[in-house]
Amino acid sequence: MSFSSLNDVIHMGGHGLYVWLSYGAGVAILSYNLVAPKMKQNALMKRLSQQLKREKLAK
Amino acid sequence: MWSSFKRWFHQWGSPKWFYERSLVWSRWLGVIALVCIPAGILWGLLFAPEDYQQGNSFRIIYLHVPAAVLAQSCYVLMAAAGFVGLVWKMKVADVVLKSAAPIGASFCFLALFTGAVWGKPTWGTWWVWDARLTSMLILLFLYFGVIALESAIQDAITAGKAAAVLCIVGVVNIPIIKYSVEWWNTLHQPATFKLTEKPAMPMEMWLPLLIMIIGIYAFFGYALFLRSRNEIIERERRTLWVRELVERESAA
Amino acid sequence: MSDRSQPLNLWQVFFAVVKRDLLLAFRRRQDLANPLIFFVIVISLFPLGVSPEPAFLATSAAGVVWVAALLATLLSLDAMFRADYEDGALEQMILTPQPLFLLVLGKILAHWLVTGLPLILLSPVLAIMLHLDESLLAILVLTLLVGTPVLSLIGAIGAALTVGLRVGGVLISLLILPLYIPVLIFGTGTVQAAAAGSEYAGFLAIQGAILMLALALAPFAAAAGLKISASN
Repeated sequence: MSFSSLNDVIHMGGHGLYVWLSYGAGVAILSYNLVAPKMKQNALMKRLSQQLKREKLAK
Repeated sequence: MWSSFKRWFHQWGSPKWFYERSLVWSRWLGVIALVCIPAGILWGLLFAPEDYQQGNSFRIIYLHVPAAVLAQSCYVLMAAAGFVGLVWKMKVADVVLKSAAPIGASFCFLALFTGAVWGKPTWGTWWVWDARLTSMLILLFLYFGVIALESAIQDAITAGKAAAVLCIVGVVNIPIIKYSVEWWNTLHQPATFKLTEKPAMPMEMWLPLLIMIIGIYAFFGYALFLRSRNEIIERERRTLWVRELVERESAA
Repeated sequence: MSDRSQPLNLWQVFFAVVKRDLLLAFRRRQDLANPLIFFVIVISLFPLGVSPEPAFLATSAAGVVWVAALLATLLSLDAMFRADYEDGALEQMILTPQPLFLLVLGKILAHWLVTGLPLILLSPVLAIMLHLDESLLAILVLTLLVGTPVLSLIGAIGAALTVGLRVGGVLISLLILPLYIPVLIFGTGTVQAAAAGSEYAGFLAIQGAILMLALALAPFAAAAGLKISASN
């Protein structure tokens, strides 16, 4: 551990803003790449299953 | 030997096979990413020693370098997939190319963003026309081009082929762009000190970096398969196996 | 061409395409002049927008001329294959027994002759207006002479890929501008190196190498792009 207290971790020796800004962006990009396709998957499945139901009714 | 290779290769032509296998691969990739990324981040942020020159701001390296490496290799992967798609007319290759583009672009953006943020405490400004940052910016433009071309062409097969040609042209250009930007950089601002080229990093600094790179690659694979599966379902929605899949999913 | 049963040889086909495209271009003079007028206007905007001071203009002249030439070329790219695509001539070209890349190369040459070459001829005048040192004029023209064919060659790829699309024009810039960067860097860099008194022949040679590479690869990529666009 290269820090002695939580405060030190947040402060990062004066570079806290830069380090946490970067890691915030990193978390945002990672979660975007997970959430966006998941949401698309849900919408797609919903659309296709409705389409299937319509086709069955039409028969 | 050759015939078994051919059989293995032909499997890739089947979207259904790819869909089912990717579910298995995703599980492993997900586990690797889930272990490596938090471990790498915690190690890098909390346990790695401070850099004697840059202090704690150097901890940005654990995001910056993996993102940059991934963004570059993702473009090469897209070009390779494009080549396979053009030569062997494999649907899966087109799907992979299309799915990789937004992921690569997002990591390219992350590399640029962290580079700029890292530049502020190191160089005193947010942006420096440094050779690496500049060629990353151009790479981002190349990604935008591929994404724009994919979305401008309605027909999925035509879009895939056009994007494949563009990616291959881009990948031929990348070394030329890199070289020209480096030459331009030395012409304009000699001897800027480099962000990442350092006299041999100590073990406890580069080990977390290695873990992060492995984790990011695994994450990339996971995200790529996630998008690819959506794309396959969309393209194969008229086939029997997708209909059955949708029915099973909606019943659950 | 008296004997119709005799197939044309490759050179004849190549020059027939060049001749046809030049003829078509001269029938529409306004389209021919538009990129040139654009070139002049962009360059005259620069002193108005930044600074008219001669010393400053002299240092940035090469860059400004190059950027303007690049944008003017970009403006003319969308028309490269569009008329042929719309009237069906493109499909005929794809069906000819001669290799498509050769016909594409002919069209690229014609494009360069009607846009690149006039830009080069005009550039010394504009460079003088931007106070570029007179000893550097020849070098600027030389870099443009080696560089603008590359712009037409790479541009043809973008034009080929977007020819079937309504939004073609904007999309071409997005696809092609990043690929133009090496040409721009070496074009202006060579002039700046010469201005700084250093050896620049090597940089010109690199530009020449880029031209050769583009000449060898771009027609194939553009031909592939045209086939994809036409199959849509």
